[in-house]
Amino acid sequence: MSTRLANQGRLIDRSKQVTFTFNGTTMRGYEGDTLASALLANDQMMMGRSFKYHRPRGVVASGAEEPNALVGLGQGSRFEPNQRATTTELFDGLSAISQNHWPNLEFDIGAINTHLARFLPAGFYYKMFIHPKPFWKHIYEPFIRQSAGLGKAPDKDSRDADTYEHFYAFADILVIGGGVAGLQAAKAAAQSGAKVMLIEQTAHWGGRAPVDGGTIDGAPVDKFVEQTVSELEAMDNVTLRLRCMGAGVYDHGYVLGYERISDHKPGTQGPRHRLWRIRAKQVVTATGAIERPLSFAGNDVPGVMLASAMRDYVVNWGVTPGERVIVATNNDDAYRTAITLKKAGVDILRILDARNAAGMLADEARALGIRVDPGRAIAKVKGGKRVKKVAICNQDGIGGAREELECDAVAMSGGWSPVVHMWSHCGGKLIWDEDHAYFRPDPDRPPLGANGEGFVVAAGSANGPLSLGDVVADAHAAGKAAAKGAGFKPKNTKAPQGETTDEASMEAVWLMPANAEVQLRMKSWLDFQNDVKVSDVQLAAREGYESVEHTKRYTTLGMATDQGKLSNINGLAILADALDAEIPKVGTTTFRPPYTPISMGAIGGEARGEVFQPIRQTPMHNWHDKSGADWEPVGQWRRTYAYVRPGESVHDAVNREVKNTRENLGLLDASTLGKLIVKGPDAGKFLDMMYTNMMSTLKVGKCRYGLMCSDNGFLIDDGVVARIDEDTWLCHTTTGGAERIHGHMEEWLQTEWWDWKVYVANVTEQYAQVAVVGPNARKVLEKLGGMDVSKDTLPFMEWRDGKIGDFDCRAYRISFSGELSYEIAVPASQGQAFWDTLMEAGKEFGVMPYGTECLHILRAEKGFIMIGDETDGTVIPQDLGLHWALSKKKEDFLGKRAQERSHMTDPDRWKLVGLETVDGSVIPDGAYAVGEGVNANGQRNMIGRVTSTYYSANLDKGIAMGLIKHGPDRMGEVIEFPGTDGKSYKAKIVDPIFYDKDGEKQNV
Amino acid sequence: MLILHCPYCGVDAEETELAAGGEAHLKRFGPGSDDDQFHDYLFMRENPKGVHFERWRHANGCGKWFHAARCTTTLEVFGTYSAQTTEPPKDIRDAISAKRPGWKWREYS
Amino acid sequence: MSEPISALNHASYDGIARIEECGLQGMITLRGDLSDKVVIKVVKDATGQKMPGQRQAHVDGEIGVCWMSPDELLVLVPYAEVEAKLAAMANALSGVHALAVNVSDARAVFRISGASAREVLGKLAPVDLSPAAFGLGQIRRSRLAQVAGAFWLDTDDSFRVVCFRSAADYVFKLLKVAAQPGSEVGVY
Repeated sequence: MSTRLANQGRLIDRSKQVTFTFNGTTMRGYEGDTLASALLANDQMMMGRSFKYHRPRGVVASGAEEPNALVGLGQGSRFEPNQRATTTELFDGLSAISQNHWPNLEFDIGAINTHLARFLPAGFYYKMFIHPKPFWKHIYEPFIRQSAGLGKAPDKDSRDADTYEHFYAFADILVIGGGVAGLQAAKAAAQSGAKVMLIEQTAHWGGRAPVDGGTIDGAPVDKFVEQTVSELEAMDNVTLRLRCMGAGVYDHGYVLGYERISDHKPGTQGPRHRLWRIRAKQVVTATGAIERPLSFAGNDVPGVMLASAMRDYVVNWGVTPGERVIVATNNDDAYRTAITLKKAGVDILRILDARNAAGMLADEARALGIRVDPGRAIAKVKGGKRVKKVAICNQDGIGGAREELECDAVAMSGGWSPVVHMWSHCGGKLIWDEDHAYFRPDPDRPPLGANGEGFVVAAGSANGPLSLGDVVADAHAAGKAAAKGAGFKPKNTKAPQGETTDEASMEAVWLMPANAEVQLRMKSWLDFQNDVKVSDVQLAAREGYESVEHTKRYTTLGMATDQGKLSNINGLAILADALDAEIPKVGTTTFRPPYTPISMGAIGGEARGEVFQPIRQTPMHNWHDKSGADWEPVGQWRRTYAYVRPGESVHDAVNREVKNTRENLGLLDASTLGKLIVKGPDAGKFLDMMYTNMMSTLKVGKCRYGLMCSDNGFLIDDGVVARIDEDTWLCHTTTGGAERIHGHMEEWLQTEWWDWKVYVANVTEQYAQVAVVGPNARKVLEKLGGMDVSKDTLPFMEWRDGKIGDFDCRAYRISFSGELSYEIAVPASQGQAFWDTLMEAGKEFGVMPYGTECLHILRAEKGFIMIGDETDGTVIPQDLGLHWALSKKKEDFLGKRAQERSHMTDPDRWKLVGLETVDGSVIPDGAYAVGEGVNANGQRNMIGRVTSTYYSANLDKGIAMGLIKHGPDRMGEVIEFPGTDGKSYKAKIVDPIFYDKDGEKQNV
Repeated sequence: MLILHCPYCGVDAEETELAAGGEAHLKRFGPGSDDDQFHDYLFMRENPKGVHFERWRHANGCGKWFHAARCTTTLEVFGTYSAQTTEPPKDIRDAISAKRPGWKWREYS
Repeated sequence: MSEPISALNHASYDGIARIEECGLQGMITLRGDLSDKVVIKVVKDATGQKMPGQRQAHVDGEIGVCWMSPDELLVLVPYAEVEAKLAAMANALSGVHALAVNVSDARAVFRISGASAREVLGKLAPVDLSPAAFGLGQIRRSRLAQVAGAFWLDTDDSFRVVCFRSAADYVFKLLKVAAQPGSEVGVY
């Protein structure tokens, strides 16, 4: 059984007991435990079931690479699936549930899959679910969906209770990884005076060196760690951060750090996670190495663990996974586990060393009375929910068992792989090191930064060296190299001397035993999380998958949430062997960030809830909100769609507003319309280029409606332009257009006509602008007093500065409704007061505020186009019958040349017309008109589409505008619009002006 | 995520402050140009693997447009420079030549 | 004329830093040739300050001038004096190619103050705000999360932040999230 030892456990505080639950059972651990170590201490060897075959699985590692021990953590609004027990710090009240089983962990129906395993090999889904075709939708997909998914999603009704944030940090040198290498690299770098940041994903400095032992400059490793940390803490130019994982390295020195601030103390004030958005001139990756499993039959039975992990559990947390342990290895390092466990009182039954000769550590093991069997291997581990027996064979055989031993845990070591993820994320290349059978960073091909030089330096075992002395020396050099790369002069210091027992070289073992027969290979797991076995990769190779990227996708090797941290190299070697190719020729799959999964909350940062996105508000926003506004997003603005009164539907409200504005008086908050000041000696010339019509000839005091096109001819904006003085114009843009058109103007001024003397300023938000609309518009303004707003003094399409009541304002006599209309701009700081004044004064004239839907209907009744409705980026003014707004006098304007292109002058272009349904109904939004015949696909030919369609309460019928082929030539013709509702709408082509054709109402 | 030096406000701006504006040094053709010239001006763009010239705007910053010369494969930035020029200045071309001897882009080399 | 009201009317919040909307501030966008003697004099007359260099802010209380781009300044004057200052500017600038417009109501101004002020802003703007990199007298235009903003230091632990008026509510809520209790980063 796995149990807590009487002593050991450098990271736990035995004086502080902690209570937690696992699948509802209450258990106890100590402060400093991980969930994995605490579960082991409670003899909970089985921690979950596998994804595909639902095989019982226990913890196999002790850190970020753990593939099996994934749990659902927390409850309700703090529930999160797929959390690694190995990286979850234990806290009082923690609640965890295991995953991938039903009805429970011990008894699981899905486990039948393990007996079907030979019928579910790699590519099973691709092969099985193709035929017959109709089965996919009704049988296969529902079945797959039911069984798919890793863990369970949080309850859909509960919102994440925590907050998250980003932080922008800047460093000369960022060191990722706080083991001895990271510490030493940080120190060497910081001694140059550079600004250094050091991040470590766990809660402890020192990495695994304190577990492995050895001395640095004569002192034990943990003393070195302690001392170096305190030296770094004392330096002003160094920032240290625990529980902060390097998640990804990106272009130009951009690195994401994922800090788990309160995962170990949930519910505390402040954000739960912080995403560090770091910019560094140089990045040192001191990310260590990960031990590889061995591929033997039954290597996934709970109780089979990485040798280093087993050692960690004993030394760090005082927990032994078993009482009778067998060690299988191809290198010397696993002997440390045997020695450590033996010294802790655990029986080591055998060290099965696949090699024929081991180094000095073997002598030490033998001296402790451990039996070492060279050339031996594990044929098979027996047991279901935990290890029961191990069958031992010769490594060079096919797996014929020589003996069977009863035991309860197996430590395995297939050698070590440097963690090259951070090096590789941004394009760092790898080389295959035959001696150690691993890929390591190729120092000649690092990721390149903005200056074309390498900006990542690998340090310590992440760079290849595995012995303490080499690691520290390498890290020291890396720190200095990074300082130099960042433009600093490294101090001339010597690396500390690390010493540890010499090791004999490892021998690559990709399959155990080397010639294992197929029954064994079918039980030899490569990828524990995605249930990929040696036989699956071999099958893929047989079926022609030669590229490692294809094999990965076919077998799903390395595609689980652990991204194959344990499985990739072993899988690659099996593939290379099956293809009879060299490993470096087969290559690796792509390392993609994040290093381990990070929370969606951290990615979103502050952007959730009220600040998910900016919502732009006019000065009268709160009034609208209190007055029944049904909001409509227009760009980032919120505009009132309609003011809904109690008891009204939105539709009722719109109809009421439409009628009242035509009959009495309506107020529209038009503050969102863009207002750009264009000033300078060349402003007129410039605006003549910007607009299709002539703006330079506009008289001071007058307004003109203008169209703007891009240089490829298409309409991009429209609005009323007012000439303010001799060299100043004010250009109104659409609501969404102010910033875009401002940018558009600046682009032409800065990049094409930079010698023209023109300045542009965006003054949109300086003003609150209110449209006062309807037959009573003048009456209300005259009641308030101030400037003369009579027909003669302020005629249609002119503007004046003056006062309305007490308010300084600029009044424009313009109309987008066809009614008598004034748009009045007052300083934004007085917008609400002005609005209140109008509402109060307008009472006797039947004033009502109206929203954007009413605005749309009023303009559609008048046949006025709307950018974004009648235009979609492919429409030119000629399509909309706006020839009158195209200057014929001007030699040039943006879009002029494009509009001469053959396609633009094609008489078959769809043209704007009005549409009136035969039965008064409303044509659905976006409906297409169909004509005679069918196209090559057998679909009915399209001859046009609806661009705007509304119910007009004033006319009591459906009205619409649309772009129709030869439309203006087909007046009176009835055409057909099939709806998605199965009905077909018949509409007559008519003039687009439905209301007050002669414009008498606006010119009073 | 790129960092480009804005030559107008002197900030080393990260990409989230910038807006990309496509290829640099386009020559505008207007009325009077023939169909081929106009078509090329509107639609034909370089898509090099290597040295490239682009326009960027320091949109969340000083608002100015500027030019950048960079390598599309390594993202190495050879330099940024004024938008008020119709061709890459000599110091930029020299900087590129030092790093990418024999480079060619449109009519420049 | 009725009583003018700023975007959030002095709303405030106390977290790891104090956030407050500063109320009405007179602001004039001045575009022109910043090396032109007339423009330099106009700035001096309006603010008493000399022409700021690249990314400099010469601000004292509610009076000052900030460099916004090579041809743009933000001139700060008391709110009540904007129109008079603007008229004087327009007068002085007649004959010079320049543009001066009142943007006082088009903007909102916030103050972030307290020991964690730099960190609060550092959560929202992609800018190195360490004291070594960002000090008194500097202005930076950047973004605050998803909207444009500009900021400078009034004292070593007090920023003023300017954004568009329509985004004031968003920016205030952003700053509140960034200043929430318990969110000290611990680096500045």
